Amino acid sequence: MSFKPVILWTDALVYVLVAVIVIFAWQVRRHEHLLAPWRRVGHSASGMAALTILMFFIVIGLLDTIHLRPAIENGNGGSEAAYGVEVLSLLDLLATPLRTQVETTYSAPFATHLYARETVELPGGGQVREFPRLKFGGAHLQDPETQLFGDIATRAGTGAGLALLLWFLIATSVTAIVAHCRGERFVSTLSTIWQGITPVPWRAVFVTLALILLLGGAALALCSDYHILGTDKVGQDVFYQSLKSIRTGLLIGTLTTLMMLPFALLLGVAAGYFRGWVDDLIQYLYTTLSSIPGVLLIAATVLMMQVYMETHPELFDTIAARADLRLLFLCVILGVTSWTGLCRLLRGETLKLREMEYIQAAHAFGVSHWRIISRHIIPNVMHIVLITTVMDFSGLVLAEAVLSYVGVGVDPSTISFGTMINAARLEMAREPMVWWALFAAFTFMFALVLSANLFADAVQSAFDPRMKTLSALARTWRRKSIGKSA
Amino acid sequence: MNSVLEIQNLETVLHTELRPVWAVDGLTLQIMKGETFALLGESGCGKSITALSIMRLLPEAGEIVGGSIRLGGEDLLLLPEAAMRNVRGKRIGMIFQEPMLSLNPVMTVAQQIGEVLQRHFDLRGQAAEKRIVQILDQVGIPDAASRMNEYPFQFSGGMKQRIMIAMALAGEPELLIADEPTTALDVTIQAQVLELMRGLQQQGGMAILLITHDLGVASEMAHRVGIMYAGEIVETASREAFFRGPAHPYSRKLLAALPGRDRRKQGHRLDAIRGNVPSLSREFVGCRFADRCDQAWELCHQVAPGWTALTGEQQVRCHLFNQNFGSKIVKPAVSGQAGAPATLDAESWEFESFPSAGTEQSTPDGSLLSVTDLKVYFPIHKGLMRRVAGYVKAVDGISLRIDRGKTLALVGESGCGKTTAGKAMLQLIPPTGGSVRYNGVELVGLERNRLRRLRGEFQLIFQDPYSSLNPRMRIIDIIEEGMNALGVEDDGKEPKEKRVDELLESVGLPAETKWRYPHEFSGGQRQRIAIARALAVNPKLIVCDEPTSALDVSVQAQILNLLRELQRNLGLGYLFITHNISVVEYIADEIAVMYLGRIVERGTVDEVLGSPRHPYTQALLSAVPVIELESKRKVIRLHGDLPSPANPPQGCHFHPRCSHVMPVCRKNYPGASIFSSTHTAHCYLYPQDEEQSDRKTQA
Ligand SMILES: Nc1ncnc2c1ncn2[C@@H]1O[C@H](COP(=O)(O)OP(=O)(O)OP(=O)(O)O)[C@@H](O)[C@H]1O
Ligand code: SF4
Ligand code: SF4
Ligand SMILES: [Mg+2]
Repeated sequence: MSFKPVILWTDALVYVLVAVIVIFAWQVRRHEHLLAPWRRVGHSASGMAALTILMFFIVIGLLDTIHLRPAIENGNGGSEAAYGVEVLSLLDLLATPLRTQVETTYSAPFATHLYARETVELPGGGQVREFPRLKFGGAHLQDPETQLFGDIATRAGTGAGLALLLWFLIATSVTAIVAHCRGERFVSTLSTIWQGITPVPWRAVFVTLALILLLGGAALALCSDYHILGTDKVGQDVFYQSLKSIRTGLLIGTLTTLMMLPFALLLGVAAGYFRGWVDDLIQYLYTTLSSIPGVLLIAATVLMMQVYMETHPELFDTIAARADLRLLFLCVILGVTSWTGLCRLLRGETLKLREMEYIQAAHAFGVSHWRIISRHIIPNVMHIVLITTVMDFSGLVLAEAVLSYVGVGVDPSTISFGTMINAARLEMAREPMVWWALFAAFTFMFALVLSANLFADAVQSAFDPRMKTLSALARTWRRKSIGKSA
Repeated sequence: MNSVLEIQNLETVLHTELRPVWAVDGLTLQIMKGETFALLGESGCGKSITALSIMRLLPEAGEIVGGSIRLGGEDLLLLPEAAMRNVRGKRIGMIFQEPMLSLNPVMTVAQQIGEVLQRHFDLRGQAAEKRIVQILDQVGIPDAASRMNEYPFQFSGGMKQRIMIAMALAGEPELLIADEPTTALDVTIQAQVLELMRGLQQQGGMAILLITHDLGVASEMAHRVGIMYAGEIVETASREAFFRGPAHPYSRKLLAALPGRDRRKQGHRLDAIRGNVPSLSREFVGCRFADRCDQAWELCHQVAPGWTALTGEQQVRCHLFNQNFGSKIVKPAVSGQAGAPATLDAESWEFESFPSAGTEQSTPDGSLLSVTDLKVYFPIHKGLMRRVAGYVKAVDGISLRIDRGKTLALVGESGCGKTTAGKAMLQLIPPTGGSVRYNGVELVGLERNRLRRLRGEFQLIFQDPYSSLNPRMRIIDIIEEGMNALGVEDDGKEPKEKRVDELLESVGLPAETKWRYPHEFSGGQRQRIAIARALAVNPKLIVCDEPTSALDVSVQAQILNLLRELQRNLGLGYLFITHNISVVEYIADEIAVMYLGRIVERGTVDEVLGSPRHPYTQALLSAVPVIELESKRKVIRLHGDLPSPANPPQGCHFHPRCSHVMPVCRKNYPGASIFSSTHTAHCYLYPQDEEQSDRKTQA
């Protein structure tokens, strides 16, 4: 199948971000003093477990970032291939069954029948109102009543079994690599990992990985034949929506930071370094800005932008492009309203740094302001930037949900946690209740935010300059080795 | 037996990231009732950890792994934590180094002391209040009854330390642990606090464990001393025995490393101990001092020395004194003067005749830097509109002169404006008024570009080697930064990297170190790097702002030697800012004594230190702790603290603290009194120089 790659605005930014992270990681590897705190992150059990979960989200998010427009088979085999107006991502292609198996309306998780009665024509004439069979969910079953449970169990079992096999493979190869690096025998490394006394908490990583793989394996095995998280009002699979929401959440969390960073960094450092009227001006700016309620500002800008987009439809060749631009704007606006906190922090830190003697020494050499800022100040405030960025991430994911709920968030055609919740809220009042959409959004967001928070905690404490103490377990291990050497 | 504290074989480990640090490793000591035991040692040798182990207040990573600590016969290590809380503050009091950090800023002094009284004596209300006043009176807080309801920030540094002592005494402890109680204080305040501690001990008969790195303080306070090195005590002796004849090679070196005037007169280098204090995370085989010891032989590297008792109470841990290894016995030098053995290996220097430094004289009087009436005022802003409500007169009209190849020392209490003066001379702070002429060029008001071109000529070395190097730059980048900024050595003949190597070698560091980061160096090594950085741009004048006050005595000696050597070879002029009189005696040619933004006395070293004229100089000099066997010199006690420079007293700035104050002193600032062509002072006790005061009024 031929296709045409599409790079949306946010995709481009994500690629830039990935490149920056790769370069940063490469830099860090070369400098011992930069590497040390990251190594401490690597030694934190909760941090590494959280990172394992985050990795899954990130992979899904990245898959969902590679966009393309498949060619339309238009029969005549013309010289020029035409491409569909629908922009799909790699994730969409992988999850084609999920995307395309659309029911007519609500159905509960693992259901085989719709959630609402419909009038059905009987073969022999006449009509009944009953719960009709789903078109896709459990369609292969002859007699759902009796077969359903058994079928789910076997499929889930197979999926989980395969996942376990995969896990086993991964765990063995990681252990082998660790053993190779430490120059030990495989078995002894395995036993230290098993006892949980390796510096990098492999045991925690493996346990988390096992849990994720088991869940993921079972879900994969089931999702093509069932709606494992049900369907929504227009019959779309909720599991698919949840997967799609991940990218939106991640984007809002990271791109917003990317947007606000230049403001916060430049203005904060300039205010602290130059003092005087520059400082007064910048302080005035951010005090004013932060005293306006953020939601108001965002609502006003989003509405203005919406009007503009609606009056200029010719600017966008696909719906996806439009929705994407709106998402980008949301990031920009969130960024503009949220740089003040970091800016304030950086100003304070710079005020402290500029009195440091090495800065004075640089002045004594007549080093230019720009070089002092770029060589002395910025490298020394980077840890604050990093900690704030990581800490802000989860807050931003939640902010998106709230904004979409209020109606000033992402484009309605963009699937996000916010739009999912927004759509689900009315159904909570239905009798019987439609609970699964909200449940799915909540579970996914909870996992994402919780793991981001745990990871942020690990990063923060690793960058905390105060003396680190060891975890109790590692300590007993040390004591044993002290006992040996003494 | 009346020993208050008995420590046997104490071992304390700190579990750090990489390796366990054996901060205290088999320490044994004993303190009697009414005795002061001084625990002496360089930084990082485990003194503070010892103190914290006794209190069982170790940081989370710390753990006591062996030994016993007996307080009056009871082993503290066996007590449950609840019982330990009754010991802390009641039976053992502790004073910390930093008074600002050890008082709770949001509680009044009375509340903080009251807490102790309530906890240990169940005293409340009226009774507690009476006791608080009593205790505060005891530590010499004037007007205790009303001041006890003030907050810590309303007291000065010296007063805060007194309040700390008051809190420690509130429980009427048997043992007082004082961890560097005066290191953060000025000499004049230090003298007050030490006197207070001595007086309190005589009244109460408590035992004191005094932790210090200052041999002078130990010699003034202690009955017995213990020298600590790398986690263990290497020598204990009574004060007299120790200062008369230290036995252990390390103790001898420590004493020999002290700077002073006689050492300069003799033209000697200071006897620095080579190398650094070893890291406590490594394992030791043999004597811990062996790598730095001049007398070491194979045995020292193989077998750890045990205790050997010398005469009296003196005990030492060194193979030299062990009769069984008779072949190598060297009698400890008992030649009266401290540090006598050092003179044997110190090479003689001819200091006064450095080569050709004075040849390129472009100023008529040959001065390198001449400062006239320099003023730096910092505005105080008040209120919403940031109105200027007054000025802090940090530097208020000082004049001085530095000649090529000479050293001028600027001394004074902290907060008197020494550092500000130094920075203003280098135009790092814009002066409010006055003139600074470098080689005849007026620097004040010089435009930024021309000033930048001159920057290389005068450089600066800072007090704290930890904050003066950017932790995120490699040494080579640090040193090259100045060269790049000033375009030094851009002719391409000599690659910069080679120049960096030379510089590092000239300050005694191997060239490979240039690839490393500052955190991999000790304090003394960092200070060398800072010196190399300053030298990189070929300066003629260096302002040294307390360059050794953050360093240990042995490292201080290395740095002072280096500075003198550079002066001799390169003809550098130094402005040496310090409060350490013995360093001044060793390194300076001339002295200017500063008080509250003004210079009160000026002259050559011999004139000012030999016959100080200004009452403040006299008090300052008398407060310096010295090592004297019969130390019965009179300390001139100064009342109170340095007044605020925002609001200096009318007339002579010193009059509220001066014991010779006369009515005229309160009216006008005294003019100069001239004692010789170089020696002047500002005090009404001496005839005023009419001519000069006339000239002043005309100008
Ligand atoms: N919290 C800590 N964690 C790990 N190591 C520590 C800790 N505190 C001190 N150390 C190490 O323990 C050793 C002894 O430290 P200690 O503070 O007792 O030295 P000190 O003799 O009091 O020095 P100073 O004169 O500088 O106060 C040093 O090697 C120090 O680096
Ligand atoms: S035992 Fe040897 S190395 Fe140690 S101090 Fe004595 S002479 Fe020096
Ligand atoms: S002028 Fe008066 S107050 Fe000032 S130092 Fe001299 S005697 Fe003391
Ligand atoms: Mg200490």
